[in-house]
Amino acid sequence: MSPSVAELLLQRLERTPPGPEGGLCSLEAAAALGLDHQTLVGAVKSLQALGEVIEAETRATTRWELSAEGEEVLRDGSPEVRLFRSVPSEGLPQSDAMKLPGAQVGFSKAMANKWLRLDKGAPGGPRIFRAVDAVQDVVQSSLRQVQEGNGSSLSERERTDLKRRKLLLEVTLKSYWIRKGSAFSTAVVRQETDLTPEMIATGSWRKLPFKAYNFSALGLPPTCGHLHPLLKVRSQLRQIFLEMGFTEMPTDNFVESSFWNFDALFQPQQHPARDQHDTFFLQDPAEAPELPANYMARVKKVHSQGGYGSQGYKYEWKVEEARKNLLRTHTTSASARALYHLARQGKFTPVKYFSIDRVFRNESLDATHLAEFHQVEGVVADRGLTLGHLMGTLQQFFTKLGISKLRFKPAYNPYTEPSMEVFSYHEGWGHWDTPGEQGLACDLLQSTQRTEEVGGGGELRRFPS
Amino acid sequence: MPTVGVKRDLLFEALGRSYTDEEFNDLCFEFGLELDEVTSEKDIISKEKGEGKAEGASETVLYKIDVPANRYDLLCLEGLVRGLQVFKERINLPRYEKIIPAKGEGQKMIITEETVKIRPYAVAAVLRNITFTKERYDSFIDLQEKLHQNICRRRALVAIGTHDLDTISGPFTFTAKAPSEIKFKPLNQSQEYTASQIMDLYRTDSHLRHYLHLIENKPRYPVIFDSNGVVLSMPPIINGDHSKISLKTRNVFIECTGTDMTKAKIVLDIIVTMFSEYCEKQFTVEAVEVTYPNGKTHICPELAYRKEKVKPELINKKLGISETPSSLAKLLTRMCLSSHVTGNGNNIEVEIPPTRADVIHACDIVEDAAIAYGYNNIQMVIPKTYTIANQLPLNKLTELLRLDLAAAGFTEALTFALCSTEDIADKLGMDISATNAVHIANPKTAEFQVARTTLLPGLLKTIAANRKMPLPLKLFEISDIVVKDPTKDVGARNYRHLCAIYYNKSPGFEIIHGLLDRVMQLLEVPPNEENGYTIKATEAAIQKLSRDDMEIPCSSTDIGI
Repeated sequence: MSPSVAELLLQRLERTPPGPEGGLCSLEAAAALGLDHQTLVGAVKSLQALGEVIEAETRATTRWELSAEGEEVLRDGSPEVRLFRSVPSEGLPQSDAMKLPGAQVGFSKAMANKWLRLDKGAPGGPRIFRAVDAVQDVVQSSLRQVQEGNGSSLSERERTDLKRRKLLLEVTLKSYWIRKGSAFSTAVVRQETDLTPEMIATGSWRKLPFKAYNFSALGLPPTCGHLHPLLKVRSQLRQIFLEMGFTEMPTDNFVESSFWNFDALFQPQQHPARDQHDTFFLQDPAEAPELPANYMARVKKVHSQGGYGSQGYKYEWKVEEARKNLLRTHTTSASARALYHLARQGKFTPVKYFSIDRVFRNESLDATHLAEFHQVEGVVADRGLTLGHLMGTLQQFFTKLGISKLRFKPAYNPYTEPSMEVFSYHEGWGHWDTPGEQGLACDLLQSTQRTEEVGGGGELRRFPS
Repeated sequence: MPTVGVKRDLLFEALGRSYTDEEFNDLCFEFGLELDEVTSEKDIISKEKGEGKAEGASETVLYKIDVPANRYDLLCLEGLVRGLQVFKERINLPRYEKIIPAKGEGQKMIITEETVKIRPYAVAAVLRNITFTKERYDSFIDLQEKLHQNICRRRALVAIGTHDLDTISGPFTFTAKAPSEIKFKPLNQSQEYTASQIMDLYRTDSHLRHYLHLIENKPRYPVIFDSNGVVLSMPPIINGDHSKISLKTRNVFIECTGTDMTKAKIVLDIIVTMFSEYCEKQFTVEAVEVTYPNGKTHICPELAYRKEKVKPELINKKLGISETPSSLAKLLTRMCLSSHVTGNGNNIEVEIPPTRADVIHACDIVEDAAIAYGYNNIQMVIPKTYTIANQLPLNKLTELLRLDLAAAGFTEALTFALCSTEDIADKLGMDISATNAVHIANPKTAEFQVARTTLLPGLLKTIAANRKMPLPLKLFEISDIVVKDPTKDVGARNYRHLCAIYYNKSPGFEIIHGLLDRVMQLLEVPPNEENGYTIKATEAAIQKLSRDDMEIPCSSTDIGI
């Protein structure tokens, strides 16, 4: 069996004198052994893993090399010289000259060197003429020096210039300076990486050397699936609501009528949210076939004339507006439906409701706007509830989320009064912020039907994917 | 939420003291406002147009304050200051007074029959002996613009015109004429144009072009003349140049025309209550008599004070506080709702001033009491409401399946419920009419033309966007799709779907098949013909699997997409 690269390396290393001066350059060693440098580096690494057999110190050396284009210039001359040479004494039309290979660069360099002149007014179009009799190809000779290994004799400026023209490349080579280690030996013992059943059966494990584990490397990532992070948050919020005794409302209708989305929530028909700019209206099915007739009559009355202690908005309420279908802009429409059903029950029973589902706004997509996001909504309906109860419920909810410092700001909402925005103090950021970045509107619901409800709604923004 | 920009120093001068930004922010917060931004004209211009353009612009500090959408009385410096000063009990709320001139001396406006079909309502008022300064004048113009953008619904419901009364003479006529019959010099123009020419002139105007559609295709345009035939304005587009107001104007004629009488009255009330502050006789407004085509006359502005009675217990009960009737009355007075206790203390009489048109029911009054009390001073209490929580069965099943699908090595995706018609039809080799999809009428981009009828396009897009990730990609989504359904009250319904996809260099039908088997095992559906599931090849590009009435679109294995 022929000796391994590691063994060859160790044999060479043995011949080097001891002490700090003695050692091998990995580049030279690879050249001497007729090996690829990377192969030798592999051997160095495996020897390092054995412990103190060798010491290796990384070194970086930079070298100048010609690029493919540089090689071409070395062979044929620089573009500016080539162009100069192709211009005869009677001149050359610029359009023809530009068709020559490398003429673009050559022309601008030759002009900068004042080797050529351009006569824009020449008959038959712009024409270029020689401006000097003869030129020296400095670029070519500089490249020749580099090629011959005398790159260092060029000035820094010449080198940068050639580098900028992509004729020269600066190559950094990583190599090792290898020295004998404290446990140097030419005989390499291969360490075992795995304990096998055979080793145990034969008992050979007792004598074999084992390779130490590398704890600084990362382990193998497990193959597994993942839940979507936003939906994990949804699950958490859902869990909190369930812990607090809230029952889930049905929200499985992205399509909603304007009636439930706006009118039933006392949002007047000229409200800006009902603009085409903000809401997705439907072309098909454009209208809701069925609206609750009795309830609709009451809603119409409250909007147009007032009632139930309200002055109303005093405008002409149109059923055609209420029929217009849309993609719901909030899940509060689902809450309105749920409260409507509750109100129709013969006997009132206190309830706590919640929902978390998608809502839609007519936005163009960008980094801060999405046409869809999730809304979190909660409603408590009971007799004798107060704004203090709403705030207490929110406090509990946010405490379960890990946010305990809250501040409430008065806000306006057509369908809830009093309304508020919740601000939370973020301990990490050290400032007050609205949870979920977009604010959380929480409200005391004063439906046209009953007056006992306390509600809270919030938005959970979807992060852009 | 409208944003009002005011100069900080002017604001502090009017408030009679200065604040740090933080102090002022806290005051706003308490009152339900938000100090959105501290900036300057220079900052704004350099942000919008680049630093070079901002050279020479004013560096005066501006406060941008977010005002709740219902508080039209806070849309200018005058209103903000009045609101905050009353809130802080530094001033008493002024009493606005309508002065009705002696018979035959007041201004009149006659509305003709022709307006009915285009802009049937108008109200007007006069501010006498007003003193403008540059700042007051700017604020006057700004307030009109804010009102136009908000309550006036971009001039569709109401349009405001203000005129120098000394340049015109009543009675005024509000009528509608054919565009060719209207000719006048529009505001800040140097020559006369006909109404049709005016429309062409403003077609490219960045500001006015948005209002042209309100009257453009009507046979007659609304117009207001004085007794000499001078055009005051062509609402809702532009005023005449003849009667334009300036810093020197002493008497202002204000007209509001519109399609909503209630809103027109509110708008006029707001303007006159805000700016009568600068009249010689502060907070007085001269009335104008408006005659409608049916002969009825209205004395404008309305400036109505309305009285409401509220039980102190109601306020305490709604808020969870226990204040005495007199202190509740004091709280309400701080919100510009001047109140006092009546009877044996079992009622509070609340007077709603013309500036507070937003107060339309008792809970508005309760809300204002809460703001004055301070939301953050209210004791938080956990409700005693005892309920047993229930999950929606559909969502419960979804949660259980999601976990098991992730445990089976698939990663959950969350994709848009909206997509293009191409995504659900052409790209899947289906005809759009066969999809039964819900179509959106007004999408801003082609990405959102329809609601998805299948989850597959979303997952395919997820794959396309993640081609850099190491293979294989195994994705799933459990979410709703939407289809038309005439039996539902809105004509459409959601279905909950499950979709999974396996993407690799080589097809792996058995992998997606295995996942299906696992899902069915979890659902306790056996793989047999009688009472379970079977897979059948279909002609469609997508493999579908059916059991009873349930159709589960199950993704194809990838075949080198």
